[in-house]
This record gives sequence, structure tokens and C-alpha cells, in this order.
Amino acid sequence: MIPLSPPSAIRPPLSEARSSLWRDAWHRLKKNRLAVIGGALLTGLTMLCIAGPWFLRMSYQEQNLDLGASAPSAAHWFGTDTLGRDLFVRLLYGGRISLGVGLCATFVALTIGVIYGAIAGYLGGKIDATMMRLVDIIYALPFTIFVILLMVFFGRNIILLFVAIGAVEWLTMARIVRSQIMALKKMEFIEAARSLGLSNTRIIFRHLLPNALGPIIVYTTLTIPAVMLLEAFLSFLGLGVQPPMSSWGTLIKDGAEKMEEFPWLLIFPGSIFSLTLFSLNFLGDGLRDALDVRAAQD
Amino acid sequence: MFRFIFRRLLQVIPVLFIIITATFFMVRFVPGGPFTAEKAIPPEILKNIEAHYGLDQPLWRQYLNYLGKIAHGDLGPSFKYSNRSVNEIIADKLPVSLELGALALACALSIGLTLGVVAAVRRNSGLDYLASSLGMLGICVPTFVLGPLLVLFFAIHLGWVNASGWYTAADRVLPALTLGLVYAAYIMRLTRAGMLEVLHQDYIRTARAKGATEFRIITRHALRGGLLPVVSFLGPATAGILTGSFIIETIFQIPGLGREFVNSAFNRDYTLVLGTVMLYAGLIVLLNLAADVVQVWLNPKLKFA
Repeated sequence: MIPLSPPSAIRPPLSEARSSLWRDAWHRLKKNRLAVIGGALLTGLTMLCIAGPWFLRMSYQEQNLDLGASAPSAAHWFGTDTLGRDLFVRLLYGGRISLGVGLCATFVALTIGVIYGAIAGYLGGKIDATMMRLVDIIYALPFTIFVILLMVFFGRNIILLFVAIGAVEWLTMARIVRSQIMALKKMEFIEAARSLGLSNTRIIFRHLLPNALGPIIVYTTLTIPAVMLLEAFLSFLGLGVQPPMSSWGTLIKDGAEKMEEFPWLLIFPGSIFSLTLFSLNFLGDGLRDALDVRAAQD
Repeated sequence: MFRFIFRRLLQVIPVLFIIITATFFMVRFVPGGPFTAEKAIPPEILKNIEAHYGLDQPLWRQYLNYLGKIAHGDLGPSFKYSNRSVNEIIADKLPVSLELGALALACALSIGLTLGVVAAVRRNSGLDYLASSLGMLGICVPTFVLGPLLVLFFAIHLGWVNASGWYTAADRVLPALTLGLVYAAYIMRLTRAGMLEVLHQDYIRTARAKGATEFRIITRHALRGGLLPVVSFLGPATAGILTGSFIIETIFQIPGLGREFVNSAFNRDYTLVLGTVMLYAGLIVLLNLAADVVQVWLNPKLKFA
């Protein structure tokens, strides 16, 4: 349960009311220890992946065949893979790709999905029907062929991968947002907003979407890992990241194939991946609780 | 309601038509063809083969021919499996994927819904943390790790089931579990979120004030609204589960449709791609329709429009 707000957090003056949802949420978020830890871990990992490789002498493709697959040691903190490449370095480089794909593609999916779903759900009728049939069509188009086509026309390009994945992942988000909006728009407070003469845009963005934030945030935290794993699947088909470059998905996949002989090849990438997702999830849950206006008033 | 369903079913025809057309031309724009092999075929023979399958005609003519054929329910011959029609291949592989998918779905729903509801009702308790962590674990651990892990433990270590294959009833357990657990995790997270949204609503308080038992409040009142996000997720997800998973079928050596689909894209087996896409599209449209119907049934404030 969320504690009662201390006297200092009681309603800000009217002039500040515009930002009060986010300001109150920020206050509540800071009090949620798990969410703060999650956020800090996530920031730390991201910075490490971005800046780490600049300070390391080894590169992700430097092989040491004499060494082969060696267990973690002082020289190689996370051990080396079968080609004698340092796993720690490969993890940092892979993190750039995976975090990049995860965050960018999810951002694309989130933006399109939320706006599209909200408009379809709010307007309803023929417009909704047409918009949702378009979603059905895109769902059904063969993703593998779509990616092959993109690769053919634009060459192998990591940015393209983000776009391709984002272009597919928004569909379920749109469906979820639409169903929430359809349920919410029948409630009294929306009728009240409409009778006040507010514009549709304002009703959607200021009144409907804030009340649907819970499922949106949760589905976002579900999309990020899904996107990272989709990247691994595409790489497996030869359409994503190519060796010697690594991503967390490909490292985990390679590790899974050798987990009996060289368990560290699965354990380290798997743990970092899980740690990221757990932090993300705690941050997401914290955000969800912090933005839940109704729970805060109980 | 029946008018709503009927009207939506009518919309299936234009939707399928657009999907078929888009896919038909998409596959054709991908370089390479079904007969470009590493060992080059002599040009005269290639010409004969292409003439046999009608690939020498202009593209628009091929397209019209194809539309004419599928109007009669004939999906055409496969280019990669000589002497087999796409109808035969689908009839052969689909039941396997359907069976695996149905088992996985049952597993996903029973585990996911139970854990999700329990976590939401006992929010921030130890039980919630346990269920939420299990859910997160299910999302973190991809199928290509979970599958081999389960095989290692149950097949190799304990020797209870076979590591791969699709012959006995016991062979169904590990693949269904691997596929189901991932979806269970999604369903658990969405159920918990949906239930949390609903549990604060006034009508729940009203039900409680009327003296309804906690069990009745949850099953009869809260679940109705709490399931909305799950239902919209399940529409397309079910279509994906039922038409087969490439990764699962590869790990466990299952003769399902998922592998055929991905391979056909790489083999440029045009007719097989189109056949599987059409099947998937039909399922997507029907299941999304089913999801919309269930949503109205769950939320009496919505109407069929």
C-alpha cells in the first residue's frame, strides 16, 4: 500500500496543477526503494556498456585460440568463449546492441501503438474498424520475408533492425490500449470532460491515457525483453547481428548450446540479461504504482 | 451480436485479399527464386521447370492464375517438395502444430491466470513477490535456453522423457511446457496489471459492502474487467501459438508447421509461403474477432458496434 501523502505533498497551488501528476509520481517513485534500485542498476549497466569498451584494451573479436574456452580468471573476469574471446568485453559490446534495440524499438512501438490504439478506441465506429483491420493485415504479413526485403533494399544495417522490429511490436500495444480506452470512455468522468467542451485530443491525452497507464507500462516492460530476444532470433536466421559482433541474445543462444561443457558462457550473459529485465520490471512496477492516481487517494 | 459477427466475417474477405496480394508481390521482389541452387541448373532445364510451374508468364498473369486457383481451394504445388501440393503439406503438418499449441495454451492459461490473480489480490505480499519473480523469470529465460535446460534435466538427467521426437504422449510434455511457460509469464504479468486496475473501482467496493465473499468478488466481478488486457493479448498470441514455433520445433525435432514456414521463406517456395501466410492470416482475423466478442461479453458497458 502507498503511504498517505505527508502534509507537504498536499495539492500544489492551481497554477502548478498541470504538472502535478508527474511531479507527485516522481515523489512517490523516489520513495519506492525497489524502483530506485532498479533505475540505478539500469542506468549503471547502460553507462557501463556505452563507456566500458573505451577503457578496455581487448576487443570483442580478438581471438586467443591457445586459450580456448577458459573459466573466469583474473585476466578474463567472465572467462573466454571457444575461440578465446573475452566474454566480459563481448558482453559490453553486446549490451550496446541489445539495449539499443530494446529501448529504441520499444520506444517506436510504444509511440505508434499508444497513439494508434487510443485514436481507434476513442473514435470507434467505421474508423476503428478500418484501423483495426489494418492491424490484422500487418500482423499476418510474413515478418521473415519483410526483414529479408528490408535487408535487400537497404543493406545490412542495425538501425533498420530497430525499425523493422518496432514496426511489428506496436500491434499488440495498439490492441491493448484500444481495449482500455474503449472501457474507459464509457465512464462518467469522460462524459464530464466532454460536457465541459474539451477537445478530443485533450480528452485522449489528458484524461483517457493517464488512466490506462498501468497496462501500458506493464506491456512496455514486456516488450523490451521480447524485442531483445527477437533480435537473437533474427541473428540466428542470419538477418540480425553478424559474427564476430555480439548481442546479448546471440551470446545467450551460443551459451545455451554449450551449457554442459562451458556453463559460464550461459551463466554470465543470462544473469546480466535477467538483471536488466528485473531492474526494468521493478522500475516499471514502481512507475505504475506512482502514476496510479486512484490507489494514491485510497 | 450475430449481426456484428456476420459483418466482421464479411470483412475477412477484403482483409485476406489484401494480405494475399501484398505477400504475393513481397515474395516475388525478394531476389533469388525457388530453383536458384548452389549448383547451377542448366538454363534449358531451368526454363522447362519454370514453364512447368507457370513461372515464365508475366507476373500479373501468374497472380491472376493464383487467385483463380485459391478461389477453388487449391493452394498450388510446392516448389521445393516436388510432387507435393501445399494443401497436402499443410494437412500433414498443421495437426501437429495445433496439438502442441493447444497443450501449450492450456498450460499457459492455467498457470498464468492463477498466478496473476493471486499476485494482484495479495499485492505486495510474499506471495506476490514470488509469483511476480516467477513471471519475470519466464520472460527473461528465452525458449532456446528453457528448452535445452528442461531437456538436460528431465530427459538426460532424470531420464523421464525423450529428449526430442514426436511419437508418444510423453514426447508432448517438454515442448508444450517450454512453449507454454513463456506465454504463462506474459499472461501472469498482464493479469496482475489488469486486476490491479480493477480492484480499486467502486463496483468492487459495492460488491464487498453487499457482503459478497472474497472468492465471488474476484471471480464474478473483478476478473471481468481485469481480463481485458489479457484478452487483447491472447487474440494474436493464440494464432502464433497454434501455427507453430520455429524455435521449439527445431529444438525438439517436431514435424510442425512453424519450421516449414520459416524454411519456405528461405527456399523462396512461393506457394508454400502464401499458403501458410493465408492460414495464419485467417486465424489472426478470426481470433481477433473472438477476442473482441469476449471483451464485450466481459464488459457489459461495451456494445457491439
